[in-house]
Amino acid sequence: MLEKALVGSKKYWAWLIFLSALAVSGVYYYLQQFNYGLGLTGLSRDVSWGLYIGQFTFLVGVAASAVMLVIPHYLHDYKKFSKIVILGEFLAIAAVTMCILFIFVDMGQPMRIMNVVLHPTLNSVMFWDSMVLSGYLFINLLVGWVTLSSDRKGVAPPKWIKFFIYLSVPWAVSIHTVTAFLYAGLPGRHFWLSAVMAARFLASAFAGGPSLLILLALIVRKVTKFDPGKEQIQTLGTIVAYAMFANVFLLGLEFFTAFYSNIPGHMESFKYLYVGLDGHRELVPLMWVSSIFAAASLLMLVIPRVRRNETTLALACVMLFISLWIDKGFGLIIGGFVPNMLNQVRTYWPTRQESIITLGVWAIGFLILSLLYKIAITVREETEGIEIEH
Amino acid sequence: MSMDRRKFLKIAGISSILGLGATAATAVDNVWVRGLKPPQVEPNKEALTAQHWAMVVDMSKFKTEEDFQKTISACHTTHNVPDFRNPDGSVDIKDEIKWIWKAKYENAFPDQDNPYMEEKIKEMPFIVLCNHCENPACVRVCPTQATFKRKQDGIVMMDMHRCIGCRFCMAACPYGARSFNYRDPRPFIKSENREYPTRTKGVVEKCTFCTERLAFGKLPACVEAAPKGGLIFGDLADKNSEVRKVIETSYTIRRKPELGTGPSVYYLIGGNEHA
Amino acid sequence: MKLYDGGKILVGLVVLLAVALFPFYYNIGKVNAKPEPKLDTPAILQLPEQDRKCVESKAFMRTEHMQLINNWRDSVVRDGYRQYVSETTGKHYNMSLQNQCMRCHSNKKKFCDECHNYMAVKPYCWDCHIAPKEDDKS
Repeated sequence: MLEKALVGSKKYWAWLIFLSALAVSGVYYYLQQFNYGLGLTGLSRDVSWGLYIGQFTFLVGVAASAVMLVIPHYLHDYKKFSKIVILGEFLAIAAVTMCILFIFVDMGQPMRIMNVVLHPTLNSVMFWDSMVLSGYLFINLLVGWVTLSSDRKGVAPPKWIKFFIYLSVPWAVSIHTVTAFLYAGLPGRHFWLSAVMAARFLASAFAGGPSLLILLALIVRKVTKFDPGKEQIQTLGTIVAYAMFANVFLLGLEFFTAFYSNIPGHMESFKYLYVGLDGHRELVPLMWVSSIFAAASLLMLVIPRVRRNETTLALACVMLFISLWIDKGFGLIIGGFVPNMLNQVRTYWPTRQESIITLGVWAIGFLILSLLYKIAITVREETEGIEIEH
Repeated sequence: MSMDRRKFLKIAGISSILGLGATAATAVDNVWVRGLKPPQVEPNKEALTAQHWAMVVDMSKFKTEEDFQKTISACHTTHNVPDFRNPDGSVDIKDEIKWIWKAKYENAFPDQDNPYMEEKIKEMPFIVLCNHCENPACVRVCPTQATFKRKQDGIVMMDMHRCIGCRFCMAACPYGARSFNYRDPRPFIKSENREYPTRTKGVVEKCTFCTERLAFGKLPACVEAAPKGGLIFGDLADKNSEVRKVIETSYTIRRKPELGTGPSVYYLIGGNEHA
Repeated sequence: MKLYDGGKILVGLVVLLAVALFPFYYNIGKVNAKPEPKLDTPAILQLPEQDRKCVESKAFMRTEHMQLINNWRDSVVRDGYRQYVSETTGKHYNMSLQNQCMRCHSNKKKFCDECHNYMAVKPYCWDCHIAPKEDDKS
């Protein structure tokens, strides 16, 4: 089926070439970073994780969201999703690949990465994160490929694949829980030391990922002959609405605990992000954009008339995605490091090189997504009318 | 038995992988895996040993700026710690590496807020360094055990060879005791100590309680360079050690004790005559 | 017999050969002398002839010095042992690259680098461990 990715219209190739150009410039700047060191980024002794780890954190959520298609379809027999579960699985593959790439570019000694496997450390959350991420990538590759090739042949997939499909459900929850545990178990950083961290992560994952899927489905309908279906998109929209409500609610809970308890350690990071601290207001505009977009998109999603209109739904999804990207991909990480462990405010902003490398990784992710989607859509177009049994 | 080409290739591929894997897995008795054990290796006879190395900081003995500079630079010079200060004296905080440094009371002990306390203590600098915790968060999170707690004496050690530079330990440390090499440190090493290695870019480093000096019967560099009685170093598990006696008789505080890390660096409050 | 897509295949073959044979034709004419690591450092010459022995035998060192150094590393850094008991002589040695090996073999360029360069091996030890100071005569 791979050959289906190599046949396409001029627009398809133009899109791939555009992404490749972005990817190549990312690689070019990464080589510079590899030679000079991570000093090429805006990271410092006090803010030691930044854009790269933030993107990784955000994308783990996007990857976990495939499960929002798998659960209704395989556990609750929602047959309407049968044609588009593959889109969720392929999105998961692209997202997990981006996660792995972001971790790779963030490492100080990437050539030593096998040390994590050679010296497994069971008490380290990061060890477990690398295990579950690799496992999730493998599961989605396997499930996606096997189900799609069966669809193409017009037969039901082999029975053993059901095991992996069911496995992907708790596994998806685990990748995001483990990633949340990276933050939620660190004793000194009160901004992160919260029991609801994993719940917040899951809620924002199940809102952000499916909202991206909605946008991708709308694009697919526009540029290909495959129509994911109006009803399917509406169901996704409902899922996003509930998840976004949970996400906003949980964030509100964090605000309450921090400010009602009035404990400085809990409040200060929130202050830095939303109103500034010690005269430093770098992230304030960004965080307010995130909050306003979150509130607006939630409002739009809960009003049925607005959600049913696909144009306003798309707008809500765009705002939601941006809002969560700012919150998880940036604000959450930086907030944990400011103020630092000696209560000093030292700030962070990504450098040009850092941003281009980030963009390059996103381009590689979208390249993988485009190639995989091309294969999946072509199969769907070819098997138009043939009943899918799984 | 007929078999199509695809099936043949699949079986051939999996067999080769299994074959290679089995070869590697059964090559157990080679020097890589064996490692060195006593009696082929021994500890130094002159080494200073303890069950639990700890330090008491008596800031009342640090009177001049020179006292601080001597203590800090003894450590940084011995260990080839790079100096990122600009010619005008300002520090490029971004890439800064420090193993031991000065911090004001409100920064060293942020949760011990006391707005009306003695002005002198509010303003004076405190020596801060890695606390070599009894329950170190950094060790808990390291995915490769590049940072680990030595069983013999409780020192939280760094294995620069194994560090992958993920900086999880820097996020975990509640005391900001760790530094990362964001660039090659060698051009910034002001005076080289040829008996100790440097580091390379991409690894984390921190105070190691001078294990390389303890192994040869010498006290840590900072303890030796500090004004007399300023830094007291000894075995907390030894009832007769100076550190134990000071802590049992005078009031000492530790940084962020509520976090459960069990720091081994104690700060004497009120000064004492133990010198 | 007709060769379909003959043009593309032939171009592809030429590119393949150009890339695959590059290491060979690039080195035509370059002399690659056998490595001859020199042992005539002041520290070694100071010792009486019968004492000019390394930590282990020459044969062992030639094949195993990499593993030995790695094992020393783990022993010193991770286990806290610093004294090595030689298998051949039973003597005690301080397990240290900078402060033991390089004390005798202070000519890294004419010793370590001789074989390493020949084999195109770049051990990254020297990124951190300080190499002995040498006068650049050659």
